[in-house]
Amino acid sequence: MIGSPDVVAFTKEDEYGQTKPDPWALPEEFSVPLHPLADSNPWAKTSYAKFTKDFILISEFSEQVGPQPLLTIPDDPKVCGTFDLNYFSLRIMSVDYQASFVGHPPGSGYPRLSFVEDSRVVLGDSKEGAFAYVHHLTLYDLEARGFVRPFCMAYVAADEKKIMLQFQELSLRFSQASECLKAGNRRAFAKELQRKLQDLEYTHSVLQREEGLQREAGPQCMYSAHAVEKANELANVEKSIYEHRDLLKQISSYHRRPRRDPHAVTCQKCMTECLKECEELLDKYAKLASPFSYSKKGAVGEGRLGQLDDVRGEEEVDEEEDEDVKRRPSYTPQLIKAKSAKCFDKRLKTLQELCDETFYEATVGLLKDTERSFRGDLCYLHTRRLDKALRRKQRVVNFLFEEELDDDEEEVGTLRPFCAVNHTIDNYVHLNPPHIVLGPEPLELDPLEPLGPQGPASEASVVQESELRLGESHLESSPSDQTLETQESSEETKGSFSSDKSGTDQAEKHESLASMKSEGPDPDSDLTPDPDHNTDLERQSSSEEMETTAGEDEGDQTPVSLLEMVSELEVSREDEGETVNESDLLVPIDTACCIAQEGFLYEATAPDAVPYLRQGSHPQNSQTHVVNQEPQALLPLQDDYTVGSSCSESPAAGLELPVGLLGEIVSRTSVEDGSDCTMSASTGSDRAASPLGYGGVVTLRQRKKAGQGALRFVRQYPFAMQALWCLLSGRTLVVLGVDEGRVRRLVAALALFVPDPGKCGERVQAWLSCPFTLTDLQRWKLIGLQRVASPVGSSMLYSLSRYSRYISILDADLKTLRCPPYRGHLLANVADHRTYIRRGSTYFLHLQSTLCDLAAKAFLFTFTHHLHLPVTSTEGSEVVEGRRRCFLQEQLGLDEEDSQILLYLSQLITQRFLQPANSSTAAAPCFSFSYTTSVLYKI
Amino acid sequence: MLRWILGGREAQGSVEKSPVLCIGEEQPKNCFTELQVLKGHFDIVRFLVQIDDFRCASAGDDGLVLVWNIETGERLQELRGHSQQITAITTFTCSNEVTSHTSLITASSDRSLSLWDPDTGNRVQTISDLQSSVKCLLVLERLGVCVSGGEELCVWNKDFQLQCHRQNHSDTGITALIELPKNCIAAAMDKEIVIFRLTVSTDSSVSVAEIRCLSDHHDQIRALINVNDRLFASGSDAGELILWDSIDWNNLSYEHILWEESQSSSQTEIRLGAPKPSEMSIQHLTTNGKLILAAVGSGLYVYDVATKTVVAYRKAAHDSNVLHTLLLSDCELMSCSEDGSVRMWEIQDLPLPAEPASAGFFGMWTFSRSNKQSAPQSKKVMEIPAMRTLELTGDLIGHSGAVQMFISFRENGLVTCSTDHLLILWKNGERQSHLRSLALFHKLEENGGL
Repeated sequence: MIGSPDVVAFTKEDEYGQTKPDPWALPEEFSVPLHPLADSNPWAKTSYAKFTKDFILISEFSEQVGPQPLLTIPDDPKVCGTFDLNYFSLRIMSVDYQASFVGHPPGSGYPRLSFVEDSRVVLGDSKEGAFAYVHHLTLYDLEARGFVRPFCMAYVAADEKKIMLQFQELSLRFSQASECLKAGNRRAFAKELQRKLQDLEYTHSVLQREEGLQREAGPQCMYSAHAVEKANELANVEKSIYEHRDLLKQISSYHRRPRRDPHAVTCQKCMTECLKECEELLDKYAKLASPFSYSKKGAVGEGRLGQLDDVRGEEEVDEEEDEDVKRRPSYTPQLIKAKSAKCFDKRLKTLQELCDETFYEATVGLLKDTERSFRGDLCYLHTRRLDKALRRKQRVVNFLFEEELDDDEEEVGTLRPFCAVNHTIDNYVHLNPPHIVLGPEPLELDPLEPLGPQGPASEASVVQESELRLGESHLESSPSDQTLETQESSEETKGSFSSDKSGTDQAEKHESLASMKSEGPDPDSDLTPDPDHNTDLERQSSSEEMETTAGEDEGDQTPVSLLEMVSELEVSREDEGETVNESDLLVPIDTACCIAQEGFLYEATAPDAVPYLRQGSHPQNSQTHVVNQEPQALLPLQDDYTVGSSCSESPAAGLELPVGLLGEIVSRTSVEDGSDCTMSASTGSDRAASPLGYGGVVTLRQRKKAGQGALRFVRQYPFAMQALWCLLSGRTLVVLGVDEGRVRRLVAALALFVPDPGKCGERVQAWLSCPFTLTDLQRWKLIGLQRVASPVGSSMLYSLSRYSRYISILDADLKTLRCPPYRGHLLANVADHRTYIRRGSTYFLHLQSTLCDLAAKAFLFTFTHHLHLPVTSTEGSEVVEGRRRCFLQEQLGLDEEDSQILLYLSQLITQRFLQPANSSTAAAPCFSFSYTTSVLYKI
Repeated sequence: MLRWILGGREAQGSVEKSPVLCIGEEQPKNCFTELQVLKGHFDIVRFLVQIDDFRCASAGDDGLVLVWNIETGERLQELRGHSQQITAITTFTCSNEVTSHTSLITASSDRSLSLWDPDTGNRVQTISDLQSSVKCLLVLERLGVCVSGGEELCVWNKDFQLQCHRQNHSDTGITALIELPKNCIAAAMDKEIVIFRLTVSTDSSVSVAEIRCLSDHHDQIRALINVNDRLFASGSDAGELILWDSIDWNNLSYEHILWEESQSSSQTEIRLGAPKPSEMSIQHLTTNGKLILAAVGSGLYVYDVATKTVVAYRKAAHDSNVLHTLLLSDCELMSCSEDGSVRMWEIQDLPLPAEPASAGFFGMWTFSRSNKQSAPQSKKVMEIPAMRTLELTGDLIGHSGAVQMFISFRENGLVTCSTDHLLILWKNGERQSHLRSLALFHKLEENGGL
């Protein structure tokens, strides 16, 4: 049943490295294939996948039941459809790629923690039509076999190519998630160790006392069976203490190890923090070292570690005092029985418990982001990335027409540690996760606290207190107390993962039974102490068993060789990572701004999509060729373009691109749009028609929807061109109408043409029903105005006529436009009312390209020195003026009115460019206009 | 005419003939193609003073004095201290050999007088508990004293110590003060002009003596200006313009500006509460030494000092009272008015045939055909052959209330202040864009690239 999954090789294919591209050729991604490939029903390939969308699956190889799915992202049963998660997690977890190396190494006396790097593989199940990027990781659990719990996170898609080409980025994202989980896990593990050590010490002291009593009782019973047993027990406990202390040492040394994994970047601050905690613990328990006399410990604790006093729980007075001071419950150590329960009667910790809750949430959030950012088919992803890369290069002009680049999607290829507790913004106190409760810990946390030994606890802020309490309660609910019943119930909940219950449940039961049989003794024998029984389970050295098993040497052989293999793989991947990074370095952002330079288009790459491009190419050449080579490496994408493995979107949509991507990320547009409470009194009902307004980010989806409106406007109004010209040349356009819905729709459509609309469309006022002033004209470039027949209306119309020289008026009711005459040709392209474009999103893209072109021209115009300033000192301003006109008219082919667009865009660019210098000052913005007559256009 | 926008019927019939000239939207001679709105005041802004080439101060009914950088539009200082509206503001330049430092003196209705340092925003000196509020201020830099006029006349030295003080018998008090040669000052009090002489004694104390009272005006004097070294002029509510000799204080010329009887008033359908202008009152006088520009009601009146004749005039230059005027050069002038606009005029030699400059405001609406014929023929060809015309070359519309005052910084721009609590900085767009280009390439060079 557990078959070896067919591992798809993710190393490079030979032909990618060989081609030496012609630097002048059109980049592949821009060319359109002449005819589709022969075998192409584009959807045939993925049609048999049983799930509708890509998703992320987190599975665990449970030591009790074997591989089991834990969580899918998105957490929606519809996503997986009839896809058998249990079976799939069985497949992806069935090979231990990490080759965890546990138990006693040959030389050492203590159990060792395995420090394995994560492994990344691409697995495929051709029968199921599922391919997955699988990221294996191990977390530490004191109660688990070998202290490790193997997990894996998988990105499951129906399109193999998508996974292969996104491998680098997937790897990056999942590494971040994994690091985050592991960071949380180390904290939790240290916490667990601490509790365990406390337990052990307490047990030790109790045993010692008993022994002492016995000794006092008389020598005659010194060698009684009972006494021997006690002595053995005591020795066991001592050994266990040493073992745990060693574990603590190991985990604190974890950070010092060099990481082989190039993607494993952790938050430095988190790491040092955790390290400090570990070392503190280590210190603490090292101090209590040799004589395990409890009173001494108490003294030490009292002296230095105020909080540990109540942990001791012996000296009643002390405890009461401390309770008074701290007013919070403490952890009472438990007596540890010599023989504890076997692994099957205890409940294993859930992933949340294994990792700190904060870290778990952060990881899930990160994975959700990942899932979202990989939505859509390869073609879409590629286009988007291309678009983003281009936009990143045009930072100077992006503000004009492009929506904001979300900066959290950082430069692809750079490694930025993801930090669950947001160390980057240093909002330290509030975002603190529940900390491991250690004695002097709060001292480091809050520098404002007094440094006295009692101080931290008593003066701790409310927030911190509650946090600490949370931590305490975590400590108290020890999962080890729970038994088979809970385990059963958890198994039941687990069963709900599979949507096809009737079919899979059976199989799962069977499977888990099988794994039980293979792994452990039958449950009945669990409670009987049988120290020799588990020698065959070579890796099992769970913390409950004080005695460690021998004979692991032979068991280690295979993992080692596997480890080597993995490390080899990793090394090679490391190389790739380097080349990718290198190529990134070679495309600095600054050059991006030189749009005029040849090949700015060529540089547009998605570096992460081409991890294996350059193997085999000459290393010395690489520096110069990387830039031009990369698009070539995207060649495989071309196939996808034609084959169109659209796995997630409905095939019927045709060219309609999936629009949900950005839209869903930033769908926080308030419903209360446009109601800038004092300025506008909204009366209509269909406000939803307009996405514009204050406080809401205008999303791509909304813009595309607006594209439909814009197309309708263009087709409907013969003077659309004039209206667009007004907007593009910076003349405020007032849309006047009675019907709010209609005005809002018009405004939403026209907002696409407003240069520099602001992040939330600040330059657009969708609905205004009061007179406006000059300041409003300065602020808004597009205004929807209510036409009312009342005194308010008349004063509003007074302002309309008063400021008529600054505005153009589009009357939505009479279908007229009053604006300066426009006779240019530049906009005929986008405002052709006989256009053949039928789809809003197509029009939107058409529009975007036109506007992008305009922005590029404006950039060129703005930053060309001789068009603005004299070349020599003798030149007068009229020479410069002539040169500028010549440039606009002859080189760019723009006539008078079209030039105004460019001049306006250029002015915006200039202002924006100069802004950072004087943004601190409260200088009012400039408002430019021109004195020209207006004419009235009618339909 | 606005009914059209309201979606009503066309309303040609109701449009009255307006004598006010409308220039329309095409203004090739108007170079102010960029503006900045300066916010900061909470009440009517009444006064503007120029501090130096790039700074000006504004003051108004909110008791605030704000110092602005007119190159950038930044607010540099906020001088707070007066609890009531400011009634007068002036600059006081102390120059020693090397440096000259300009201070601001403000007077307020809270009956206090303050000396400010506009560089730091500090209130250097303040005098409260005056017997009455000061209505006008005059700085005699030569003597290093400052004269404040109200119901009493006070003379202050550089350190704001009261030098002497004179109670007045008139109820209205002093409304205007000008400096005359020979340490004399002229003060306008109701219908009279009183000449005082300041005597500086050896211990540098100053005394004031009234030496003459000129009572040729028949109505309250609204404006009093120095024309040149030999002449000063005054204007009254009754439209009398009198030229005086500065030295012997003789009446040199008496002009009574009386418009021919007023035509049907220029009321449009929608008026923003503008009262009917007092037709003859001389609101403001300016001069450049050769010409005197008088704001009479809502009209403008240019008077040549040398020939003692009226050079040009326009009776209905604005929709309502003209509040402030400025002679930019011998042929260019500006005026601002309660109607919220600033207009720029040119004195043109040849009276062109009466062709309306443009279809004007109505041109923008399609129904204006019928209006074109009735477009204002406001220009009256004068009987006097030497008469030149005042042609409107541009107007600045931005304020929503009366434009109280403006000052020109020449090519750097124009600052206007208004009842709508705003200041507007009007600039030459081309020049500004050139400056911005300069700044851009400078910054590029500084950054070493983008």
